[in-house]
Amino acid sequence: MNAPSVVVKDLVKRFGDFVAVDHISFEAKKGEIFGFLGPNGAGKSTTIRMLCGLLHPTSGIAMVAGTDVAKQPEVVRRKIGYMSQKFSLYNDLTVIENVNFFAGMYEVSPAVLPERVAWALEMAGLRGREKTMTATLAAGWKQRLALGCAVLHKPPVLFLDEPTSGVDPISRRQFWELIHQMAAEGVTVFVTTHYMDEAEYCNRLVLIYRGKIVASGSPAELKRDAMHGELLLVEGEPLPGAIEALQNQNGIHDVAVFGNALHLVVEDAKRAVPLVRQRLEEQRVKVSRVEPIRPSLEDVFVSLTTREQPKEVV
Amino acid sequence: MGQAEQVAIDVKRLTRGFPGVQAVKELSFHVKYGEIFGLVGPDGAGKTTTMRMLAGVLAPEQGSADVAGFDVVRDPESVKHHISYMSQRFGLYEDLTVDENIRFYGDIFGVKKNKRLERAAQLLEAADMARFRSRLAGKLSGGMKQKLGLICALIHTPRVILLDEPTNGVDPVSRRDFWKILYSLLGEGVAILTSTAYLDEAERCHRVALLHEGRLLFCDTPTLLKSRLQNSVLLVTAPDPRKASDAIAAAEGVESAMLVGDGVHLLVDDAQRRIAQLREQLSAKGVAFNSIEQVAPSVEDVFVHAVEATSGGG
Repeated sequence: MNAPSVVVKDLVKRFGDFVAVDHISFEAKKGEIFGFLGPNGAGKSTTIRMLCGLLHPTSGIAMVAGTDVAKQPEVVRRKIGYMSQKFSLYNDLTVIENVNFFAGMYEVSPAVLPERVAWALEMAGLRGREKTMTATLAAGWKQRLALGCAVLHKPPVLFLDEPTSGVDPISRRQFWELIHQMAAEGVTVFVTTHYMDEAEYCNRLVLIYRGKIVASGSPAELKRDAMHGELLLVEGEPLPGAIEALQNQNGIHDVAVFGNALHLVVEDAKRAVPLVRQRLEEQRVKVSRVEPIRPSLEDVFVSLTTREQPKEVV
Repeated sequence: MGQAEQVAIDVKRLTRGFPGVQAVKELSFHVKYGEIFGLVGPDGAGKTTTMRMLAGVLAPEQGSADVAGFDVVRDPESVKHHISYMSQRFGLYEDLTVDENIRFYGDIFGVKKNKRLERAAQLLEAADMARFRSRLAGKLSGGMKQKLGLICALIHTPRVILLDEPTNGVDPVSRRDFWKILYSLLGEGVAILTSTAYLDEAERCHRVALLHEGRLLFCDTPTLLKSRLQNSVLLVTAPDPRKASDAIAAAEGVESAMLVGDGVHLLVDDAQRRIAQLREQLSAKGVAFNSIEQVAPSVEDVFVHAVEATSGGG
């Protein structure tokens, strides 16, 4: 049951002198919701395009649902579904026209077509609204319709590209509930995003930076272990004075403003607290709080992708 | 503080619809000089319509708004002269370099050369883009294009700055740079109104208005917003989150349960009291779990809670 359904080994993609993907290896298990994160230009899309059979790897191996993407790209394309919040549906087609279009594209056999179409409409909550123009649907419906269209052919592996960006939180929670259901039924879900709140829904995350994997683990593991340094919350008046006092100080790696507070990245939070207090008081900043806090996924992401020399963490 | 206490944007019962849609309904809030104020809500909440009315490019149906001391209905031209407005489709010239784009906008806004050079240097530094001055805008990554748009919009020194979803599609590292630029401007005593569909970005603002379907849910500081749900959020981590969720989603005191990557995110009536009860229930049902702990509420939790309370659940 738990055989990996995506296996990537020493995968490399070069464009001329530029190494977009540099010997990466990972596995996604059957039924796993796997998140693939990284800043723009890190090699994320290049990897996905190789996994979808759209781009030939320079070297290394990528297997998707048992098929080698380099040897049989057209077979891979039949085994995957792809959905992006932004580009999936045709707005000037009706609901049912979109479903039929995708059924044709994914070559769903006529024998199962009626059943699959009914299933997709049911899942999207759009039964009885087949003739509605897609453009007039609210974002949450559109998104569930796009998901239904992407899995009409029952692919074992589903790729989601920022599937819920901009959607209201309630529709978003419903959407992820569906995704977790599909995963429980054995579909491997591969999510790419740079929104950390989407990453929280994934079972496991891999962070890619400059073509290399710099961290991997569950969201909780990454927050606990992957951050370089520790985080301090600072509140004080005036805030601009506090920033000036703390920037470029020894032992303080980063100062970021969050509303009325600052987040500092320091080597050792406990030891830094009195030093930070002292420094602020010297600079006549009225300090109301200095305390260690837990990093968010965003803190971890930023800490791992702004270092000059990224280190292998896991 | 003087000017800092003055009101820069004063919105009173602002209302505007489009055929078939009530885009903004009786919206009231105010923004002070020296403050970053966020309009936060999903797509379709009315953010862009509000921004356009405040920029003097769309007339309200009812209600009023003063921006930088001018009435947007009676004197939209004066409003336009005292604000900087970055819409979602801010135009950069892709075949001009970074420096040339800045110069072009400097000329449009009538900024003198030495003033422009000084301000461009400051903004490029804050944006971490000083190295890219001679790069063509068309060759920049998405995040850098957005930052350049912001720099161009800010090359003159208006008193009120309106930014419509400036971080849409921007990765977390560039997003931090973006906020750094905004905070660096506050010292000049400007007022900044920005919008975002990413609820976690609310944390970056001094105060936020949470919008849903054209209406104001709450207007407060992020800290006070979240304090509404103090002692209400639990995270249960478990090897099989779905099993854990099924076992406790309907338990006494649990308002909502949401599967996340490592476990289940719960909204409850009294976190401290329910921890022991949920432990017992999981153990009694033989469901394995790693931990149950109280976590800080997110702005998304506040949003979901408020919407479900007003719509009577579901």
